[in-house]
Amino acid sequence: MAEGYEFPVDRTQVMLFARSLRDIRPEYSDPDHPATKAIGGMTVPPTFVQCSAHWEPNYALDITRPRILPGKDARPQREGGGGGGGLGRGLHAEQHYEYHHPILVGDTLSVTMRPGERWEKQGRRGGKLLFSESITEYRNQDGVLCVTARSVGVQTERAVEQ
Amino acid sequence: MVALKVGDTHEAVVIEGVNRSHIVKYAGASGDFNPLHHDDGVAKGLAGYPSIFAHGMFSMGLTGTMLTDWLGPVALKKYGVRFSKQVWPGDTLTAKAEVTAVAGGLATIKVTTVNQNGEAVVEGEAVAAAG
Repeated sequence: MAEGYEFPVDRTQVMLFARSLRDIRPEYSDPDHPATKAIGGMTVPPTFVQCSAHWEPNYALDITRPRILPGKDARPQREGGGGGGGLGRGLHAEQHYEYHHPILVGDTLSVTMRPGERWEKQGRRGGKLLFSESITEYRNQDGVLCVTARSVGVQTERAVEQ
Repeated sequence: MVALKVGDTHEAVVIEGVNRSHIVKYAGASGDFNPLHHDDGVAKGLAGYPSIFAHGMFSMGLTGTMLTDWLGPVALKKYGVRFSKQVWPGDTLTAKAEVTAVAGGLATIKVTTVNQNGEAVVEGEAVAAAG
């Protein structure tokens, strides 16, 4: 059930994301810096592909995004109630990336997602735990696979005890 | 590129005193507006947590800065983590790396980020060009 969308790698977005991680290295924002030229152009932090969420249609965790109903007048859908698996009891359990080819500022990535494994386990801290994987592939405008991301989410029966 | 050998280590304090502004800034930049990370009403009332807490991906991203500050921004071949414990406002995080194997030009690096109590919040592994 692969569904695809485009994710343009914009210089401002890369700068904002790097800054949010307190990262000001020049390769993420300054095209003229010698360090940037040495690697062939501005690139992105290792976890930058998370920003594809901004371009993902119906991304469940952007709960205030105005929604347009297909086939209806262009007006926002009700806000909130994202209904995604991540709200409330959902937690991010694991995240894994494989880097196949550099992502450069100016690339337009094609993003495809597919579900992976699902499993269940009895947790010590949060009762029954339901795990599910999703696999996302990011290909550049030349069709070259740049990053494979594997995300594992977990639904807990109650708040995870500290 | 850094020449890596088994036993090499590196560590960095990646954030001192996480605050709500840091967390909100990450939410805006990443697009992840799960209210557990900015809305105390949801975190406490609906979900039963003591307060909001940081995105796991914020901790993974901060940990990534330790790796890229050490190895450069294009050395990583793989980077994966498990989120072992939540990061709360006020926490200070130290990210640590240790090379556990080198083979075929690639180094395997154990990655652990701990809070101010020495508890692991992020645990995983990276693979990078060994230089």
